[in-house]
Amino acid sequence: MDELDRRIINQLQGGFPVSERPFSEAGERLGTTESELITRLRCMLDDGLLTRFGPMYHAENMGGAVSLCAMKVPLARFDDVAGQVNAFPEVAHNYQRDHEMNMWFVLATETPDQLAVTLQKIEQLTGIPVFNLPKQEEFYVGLHFQV
Amino acid sequence: MAGDVISPVELDRRIVMATQAGLPLDVRPYHWLAAELGVDAETVMERFRVMLADGRIRRSGVVPNHYRLGYSANGMSVWDVSDEDIRAIGSQVGELDIVSHCYHRPRRMPDWPYNLFAMVHGHSQAEVRDKVSHIAQLLGDKVRQHDVLFSTRILKKTGLRIGGQ
Repeated sequence: MDELDRRIINQLQGGFPVSERPFSEAGERLGTTESELITRLRCMLDDGLLTRFGPMYHAENMGGAVSLCAMKVPLARFDDVAGQVNAFPEVAHNYQRDHEMNMWFVLATETPDQLAVTLQKIEQLTGIPVFNLPKQEEFYVGLHFQV
Repeated sequence: MAGDVISPVELDRRIVMATQAGLPLDVRPYHWLAAELGVDAETVMERFRVMLADGRIRRSGVVPNHYRLGYSANGMSVWDVSDEDIRAIGSQVGELDIVSHCYHRPRRMPDWPYNLFAMVHGHSQAEVRDKVSHIAQLLGDKVRQHDVLFSTRILKKTGLRIGGQ
């Protein structure tokens, strides 16, 4: 990763233009050419330095429902329960964390009703209570990931 | 295009489905999309502008993989602050450049007493704990208790997909 890659990561986390030649426009701001910018993005995506490139959609603003959920899973059953939870397509991310509340997953559904239903299904299937922790307010979701 | 009228709602849905995984790396990405969808490029660009303006698109650009970029410690700091203070404290914490996401979430007593969540990334757990201490110092006695939970395993990471597959 060189200076240009760093500049791309630091400056292009938002504001990608909507125009006929957006890579040319963005490239100019970054001090590079249209084709070089495209090449760098392709490389960083292939190398996994970037997760994706494009519009980041706001699930709730599109009518969908998203929530963070947590469970206290007995360690002896952890992998089995992880498998059960992961099998739901509505589970977008699932992390193990070092706390008694040790399984943390994001549920994303097309409607709020579906979210409640999915949560209930997970509880019924695993026999473990699911704590629903939806965001009630969001405080400045930072763009600033700097390398 | 003759004979093929798509409503804005339907067109937006198709644009979202076509770009959820990303924007095409083509010199004219919106023109490329328009050709795929059978509409004209100006219409596609207009829909993007509308969705950016009304917040359906949060932002458009690169999504760095903080894990691959060395920020392998992913600390979810959680805080118990009074309900009266939550908005002021949340705003204060959310603006810190060491915090990437900050939310007010409900307590679930007695199992979960925390109502403020702030994601803190670092190169190591020690670095994250250090950053969390700074936040605790900043907040002083406005915080009744706090903790930081590290992810020990990524169990699944497929990302949000709207509209079904």
